[in-house]
Amino acid sequence: MKFTVDWLKNHLDTKFNNNQIIDKLTNIGLEVESFESSTSELDTFIVAKIINAKTHPNADRLKLCDVDIGSDKTIEVVCGAPNAKNGLLTVYAPPGSIIPKNQMKLSVSKIRGVTSYGMLCSESELLLSNESDGIIELKNNKYENKIGEKYFKNTSEKVIDLSITPNRPDCLGVRGIARDLSAAGAGKLKINKKSNLKYIGNQNINVIIKKEKAQGCTIFGSCLIKGLTNKESPKWLKDKILSLGQKPISAIVDITNYVMFDLNRPLHAYDADKIDNEIIVRSSSKGESFEALDNKKYILENDMCVISDRSGVLGLGGIIGGTRSGTEYSTKNILLESAYFLPRSIRKTSKQLNIDTDAKFRFERGIDPLSIEEGLIKASELIKQICGGEISNLDVKKIENYKKTIINFDPFLFEKTTGFNVENKELIKILEKLGFNVSKNKKILKLVVPSWRPDITQPIDIVEEIVRIKGYEHINTSEPIKTRLKPTLNYYQKLFHFLQRSVASKGYLETVTWSFTDSKINQLFKENDEEIPIVNPISSDLNVLRNSIFPNLIFYLKKNLDRGFKDISLFEIGPSFKGKNPGDQLTVIGAVRAGKVSRLSWNDKERIVDTFDVKKDVIQSLYEAGINKDDIIIDDRTPSYYHPGKSGGVYQNKKEKNAIAYFGEIHPNIIKKLDIKTEGLVIFEICLDYIKESKQKIKDSKSEYKFSDYQKSERDFAFIINKNFKSQELVNIIKSVDNKLIKSVRVFDVFEGENIPERKKSIAVNVTIQSEEKTLNENDLDNINKLIISSVESKSGAKIRS
Amino acid sequence: MSDIKKIKDDYIDRLKTENNIEKVNNIKSELFGKNGIISNEFKKLGSISVEERKKLASDLNNIKDELQNKISIKIQEIETKEINLKLEKEKIDVTLPERNIEIGKIHPVSQVIDEISSIFSEIGFSVEEGPDVENEYNNFTALNTPDNHPARDMHDTFYLDNNKELLLRTHTSPVQVRTMLKGKPPFKIIAPGRTYRSDSDQTHAPMFHQVEGLHIDKNINMGHLKGCLNYFIKEFFEVDKIKMRFRPSHFPFTEPSAEVDIGYEINNGKIVIGEGNKWLEILGCGMVHPNVLKNVNVNPSKYQGYAFGIGIDRLGMLKYGINDLRAFFETDYRWLSHFGFDPLDVPSNYRGLSR
Repeated sequence: MKFTVDWLKNHLDTKFNNNQIIDKLTNIGLEVESFESSTSELDTFIVAKIINAKTHPNADRLKLCDVDIGSDKTIEVVCGAPNAKNGLLTVYAPPGSIIPKNQMKLSVSKIRGVTSYGMLCSESELLLSNESDGIIELKNNKYENKIGEKYFKNTSEKVIDLSITPNRPDCLGVRGIARDLSAAGAGKLKINKKSNLKYIGNQNINVIIKKEKAQGCTIFGSCLIKGLTNKESPKWLKDKILSLGQKPISAIVDITNYVMFDLNRPLHAYDADKIDNEIIVRSSSKGESFEALDNKKYILENDMCVISDRSGVLGLGGIIGGTRSGTEYSTKNILLESAYFLPRSIRKTSKQLNIDTDAKFRFERGIDPLSIEEGLIKASELIKQICGGEISNLDVKKIENYKKTIINFDPFLFEKTTGFNVENKELIKILEKLGFNVSKNKKILKLVVPSWRPDITQPIDIVEEIVRIKGYEHINTSEPIKTRLKPTLNYYQKLFHFLQRSVASKGYLETVTWSFTDSKINQLFKENDEEIPIVNPISSDLNVLRNSIFPNLIFYLKKNLDRGFKDISLFEIGPSFKGKNPGDQLTVIGAVRAGKVSRLSWNDKERIVDTFDVKKDVIQSLYEAGINKDDIIIDDRTPSYYHPGKSGGVYQNKKEKNAIAYFGEIHPNIIKKLDIKTEGLVIFEICLDYIKESKQKIKDSKSEYKFSDYQKSERDFAFIINKNFKSQELVNIIKSVDNKLIKSVRVFDVFEGENIPERKKSIAVNVTIQSEEKTLNENDLDNINKLIISSVESKSGAKIRS
Repeated sequence: MSDIKKIKDDYIDRLKTENNIEKVNNIKSELFGKNGIISNEFKKLGSISVEERKKLASDLNNIKDELQNKISIKIQEIETKEINLKLEKEKIDVTLPERNIEIGKIHPVSQVIDEISSIFSEIGFSVEEGPDVENEYNNFTALNTPDNHPARDMHDTFYLDNNKELLLRTHTSPVQVRTMLKGKPPFKIIAPGRTYRSDSDQTHAPMFHQVEGLHIDKNINMGHLKGCLNYFIKEFFEVDKIKMRFRPSHFPFTEPSAEVDIGYEINNGKIVIGEGNKWLEILGCGMVHPNVLKNVNVNPSKYQGYAFGIGIDRLGMLKYGINDLRAFFETDYRWLSHFGFDPLDVPSNYRGLSR
């Protein structure tokens, strides 16, 4: 909402200066976005000096000028003026400027093979005189120090631009703003002058508001103005329209606009001679069409509120008028409309047709239904004053009467809500100045809400009005109440926190990527999940919710590889979506690791990252986050985007359907498809939601501290076993031989090839044996060794290597 | 006797110049071996008178001690020399690089979320969460923003179906609704998380982060809201004083509503929070609207309280001098390394919010 202080003062008697007004506006909730001179097309023209004028290499009559425009570098301009010479001060128009004479927009162009950046202007081009023989010659003594400054002084008044919240339609007019300021003590609201307009004759165009279920219009007020002369608006009016950032069109249009911004009362003027017999306010039928004042043709749906005559649609009520009945300079008779349209109807229609106008913006927020006559009178007076003509009686048709909103307000609610007290007297004064009618009934105030405040419907709205006008600075700053109702984080939130930092501590950089992704990449990672398209994506390559974190991670990994990074570890913790309903999401860590370990190391042999690097990262992170070591089982079932032979899943127990984590190489097909150029690429993921909540707090889960001082023995075994036999199982078989005595089993060598039969491998394990009761003798140890060998051989089909 | 003394002096002289451990050992056995000179002298003691024996034995013992002492000193001397020589040869260039260090980092958004959670934890708030996909009701209607309300225009919403029933939450406020629907008052929660608006330019990203705050109890008023936010802003920016301004505004789900500005100045091209005469808008807040309380089955005549919503990314940008919002989500390795935090930097009260 834009207006000038001058305009404000039409409605407000104030001693406040501009800055005080600006501060006050912000303090009462009318946020000032800016306070500056309105921009003008003439702002671009600046004072410049020709430093060097030489002849154009390809045209004798043209000159090539180096021009000082007050910036670091001079600008090269081609100029045809005979008077262009070294040292001349003149007016320069940069590319983008609009030349007043012909309204042409300048662009950078080549003139006879030389690029010219802008133009030096003659007086005639700037409409200063008819002098067109040469460029302007500015006086040295006056302009020498003004190089680079605007040539045209901006004399227009400074414009206040307010950001009005959607609950305040009344402040979409200058009078409403003045009223708020007056309530806040910034001056006195001027009383509207009583009109002494003479009405001649009746408004004799019949108006019907059809009683329909979807009728979007409840009041239609109008008057006829006959025998007027439409013309250009006088300067004061033009200036007002310009200060709004709009273009003056004609007196009639400018006046209706002026009244809209002055009183927040949209109006519409029809050329009365173009109306076919009568005005019918009705709901549209699908397929009807009309050409609107924005020169677009709209095809309507059912139930849009239209103003029509016998020939068809004239315009969309409260949104936009049509060209068929539009006013022109030749218009002699007009029908002036002042109506009330229902916000819902306006909003629905404008959304469907995608139209945004100042009238629509206002009606959709709620116009004062009691401002019908006021608007007609104010506009008629101005039209009569500027264009002449005779004004008919006002005709107001309505299908619904305005109902007052009455609120019974207990002033105690104010203190209860805000924490501070305002005397009843002051409270009543504020409300009365805002236009409330206040009467007292014991402690309760009976308030009649002003008709221009559709936003006020209940007592809390009154609290807001009072505290806003009184000033938020009166609210105390209370000490925070430290009472705690429950622990800050629950189990999964803690798990999130631990795993996030644990993974980062393994050398991974955390990233945050969009929750949406490219369906083409998502396709490769979504497994059996349904694709979740976004109806209105920000771009076609961010068109689905991610079913996995990897599409984005891999995409950005590739970008970093392209930047020349070779060894990259990245991870993200966040949502991965399983369906399109709220809650169909899992919290997942996805991590990628590319490149080599020990690259360019002077003492270690470099090698490509492999599955066991990420296996370590994922298992260690899980341990650190408190997952019990003994609960973890590794399996080789993994999603299809993993290398089928070089990946594994981590399960919390055998029966669990869902893995809590996966790790391994990415499937070579995906690397090929996405054209990822790296020496090695391994990934892992942890699904937090699948981790079982540990019911025990750490204080309860520490078991009794037991240790053995008896001598421990270590024995090595090597077995020849089927190639597909899993080492984890072998270890379990050995452990189960004697859970008490066998303290640990460690695989220290795996070997295939020479001396080992085909489809077999050799696994060497180191077993630690220790008793908690005695030192084991050779005999004891031999027995265990034999048991180990026989158990392994019988349960796994392995053979001990001799 | 004088012979012995002479022998002693001779050997001491020999030891002085000797540098070979074997030769020193030879000397040792020459003197103290089975037939060593000193050993032999001791053997002679049996054949002399008691008087003389006493004297001679004493002298012999002194000489023996002295020689033995000298020998062991010499041995030690030589051994030390040999070790030093050996160590000298083993010397390595310790300025050669250590094994590769892999440094991971925590994203600024995560760090800021932890900072915020830590601060609010101190004054008794717990953390709640809600889904990223929301239904229209929780995101708008329950929050007193009915269909066809112009306030919906302020939220450019991503939809998942043509009926506009399912959407990506445009703010964290639906967590208020979920929290209150599933529990009973009082409520005292914050809810950080991802939020989405179909808006994309230099200062807007289609995804960003907010933290919602909600405190509902019997007598919570705007003074408590002011106190809570004043505390939070001071703690977050780690300054003693903060200039803060509450400005009336409008959100459908709070009433009265406010926007909060903090004072700042530009010093050497950097934003300094808490001083200066410029105002920076950082959050929106207000008293929870009675309509919202009714929608979640909380009796507004018994309970009242405040809610606020803060842009997390923006707070992080201000605190850590990050200029470009879009860079948060572009996964540039250089940016992540530069602005990321060490995983050990866990914000906490006792160790400090940041290093």
